[in-house]
Amino acid sequence: MKLTQGFRMALKSVLSNKLRTALSMLGILIGVATVIALVAMGEGSSRQVEEQVATLGTNMLSVTITGRGTETTLSKEEAMEFADIPNVAGISPVVSSSSSVKYEKTSATVTVEGITPEYEAVNDFSVQSGRYIASIDERNTQKVALIGVTTANDLFGTDDPVGKIILINGLRFTVVGLLEAKGSSLTGSNDEKILIPLSTAQRIFQSVGVRQVYIQVTDMDLMDAVMALLEVRLTEKFRGDSESYRIFNQEDAMETLSSVNETMNTMLVGVAAISLVVGGIGIMNIMLVSVTERTREIGIRKSLGAKRRDILFQFLVEAVTISGFGGVLGILLGYAASIVIGRVMDTETAVSTDMVLAAFVFSAVVGVIFGIFPANKAAGLRPVEALRHD
Amino acid sequence: MSERESAVLIDIRELSKSYVMGREVVTVLKQVSLQVRQGDFMAIVGPSGSGKSTLMNVIGCLDSPSEGSYRLDGTEVRGLSDNKLAEIRNRKIGFIFQGFHLLPRLTAFENVELPLIYGGLSAKARKERALKALSQVGLEQRMHHRPSELSGGQQQRVAIARALATHPPILLADEPTGALDTKTGQEVLALIEDLNREGHTIVLITHDMDVANRAKRTVIMRDGVLSEQRSEGDEADARLPDGFEKRLVEQA
Repeated sequence: MKLTQGFRMALKSVLSNKLRTALSMLGILIGVATVIALVAMGEGSSRQVEEQVATLGTNMLSVTITGRGTETTLSKEEAMEFADIPNVAGISPVVSSSSSVKYEKTSATVTVEGITPEYEAVNDFSVQSGRYIASIDERNTQKVALIGVTTANDLFGTDDPVGKIILINGLRFTVVGLLEAKGSSLTGSNDEKILIPLSTAQRIFQSVGVRQVYIQVTDMDLMDAVMALLEVRLTEKFRGDSESYRIFNQEDAMETLSSVNETMNTMLVGVAAISLVVGGIGIMNIMLVSVTERTREIGIRKSLGAKRRDILFQFLVEAVTISGFGGVLGILLGYAASIVIGRVMDTETAVSTDMVLAAFVFSAVVGVIFGIFPANKAAGLRPVEALRHD
Repeated sequence: MSERESAVLIDIRELSKSYVMGREVVTVLKQVSLQVRQGDFMAIVGPSGSGKSTLMNVIGCLDSPSEGSYRLDGTEVRGLSDNKLAEIRNRKIGFIFQGFHLLPRLTAFENVELPLIYGGLSAKARKERALKALSQVGLEQRMHHRPSELSGGQQQRVAIARALATHPPILLADEPTGALDTKTGQEVLALIEDLNREGHTIVLITHDMDVANRAKRTVIMRDGVLSEQRSEGDEADARLPDGFEKRLVEQA
């Protein structure tokens, strides 16, 4: 007997008892739909986290200098020398301090960061209106400032901040640009800050060097290599004292977050897998009933020359058809559910192709595993007894 | 006579069949010997419980003998594997059952096609053979009907077509008229006679003497023993008194 013939036969028999087929399909269907929907939710939330971390720059290293003895900082030039390290795409030294900022009668305390023009590229933080801090501002120690959206709102309300004069530590600064909204990150709010040229900051805060350097790496895979070279340089600079500096990798933060997510996903898949097994038992139950009910049919088929494997194959294909079909419907339902869940709960969802494939294969395998026992029972019937059965 | 010279299809020698029922061993067939030749039309008669159904199951390779030998078309059947037996059933034997045994969900055509599927024939060959078999029983007009849409006589004719489809050397009919009224029963018997005239070898099992008398040869089964024989050729040798036949019919 040929394969296609067997499938046609099984399909016919599955379709001839629609209600029963539909009911036994339900277990697998719900199981698969649950897996798809839950994993889509998990995937969505982990993507959200990933994106959030990515906005901070996933391929960014930050070096914080704590210092040793009198050497408590790096000079700007020393920091810029890190550019020699292979695969470094950009360097952004930063001096920061908390200062009080005043506009007319409103004042606020915010983080003021002294930056170089490279900050825009390295930290991926641009302006939405006005201009950025240029190299000429840095060279001439200009008193210009970029302002974060939240701070701008606090100081100016709905007015356009560009062109306004603010006081930082009592010194007059011209706001030249409004930073884009970036939201909060692990290091605090990005929208409550003011950026000024590095040289200006060094002067008003009376600090000579820089304590914070952001380093952009060309490729995420090269992070470790760059980090190692950076460590060699810094160890040399601080004469072997590895306590004088700290290198922080954004990827580490992301890994921590995604591992939390993964644990949750695994749990969800585990719960869904149990429901798939329950669905499989449902199919086995129906197939066993079907074998008993069709004993005479099996007898007739055997008397006409059906071999053991023909009967085995027929019942196995029926079980797999039910579970596979249930799997496909489950995938569709799960996909629809994930979209609905995404809309209702306003979270991002993503159905991965791998998961769809895995769910389908799993449901087919459930069909085989739980179909083998009934199919074997049918195939093993003795023709004489099967024919006599009614 | 030509019949005598033709090949022996069924050659059963001292065949016994016993079952274990609980702690008892029940012997249903006792040292049965029987030969059926090409072109024969033989009836096996006997009351219920006589073992004729068991004999039919053994002849039809649905059951294997416990002792003795059974050669079907030159092949020893005893001790063959299940798969081999299935193959023999498919190639050598066409079953006609009392209860028709058609698959209710399949159309007449699909029912006739079924043994050809198990025989591994191509779709084209299957269609050709199934159509020919259906036209042999005069049902080509109703081939797309399901058994439930056919009369009893028509259903039995579909079953006969199914038995004919594989071109088996032997047609094995178990009470083919048992579930039919007298008139349709006669029609089915006439059809079986026609098939015999065309050269098909037929073994018919019945408890009805009138049906048995249509056959060329009759053997009588009683308590697992194949006791009496009658054949058209040597009617004179028949040691069966008329009264015995009558009793047999009354018992059945």
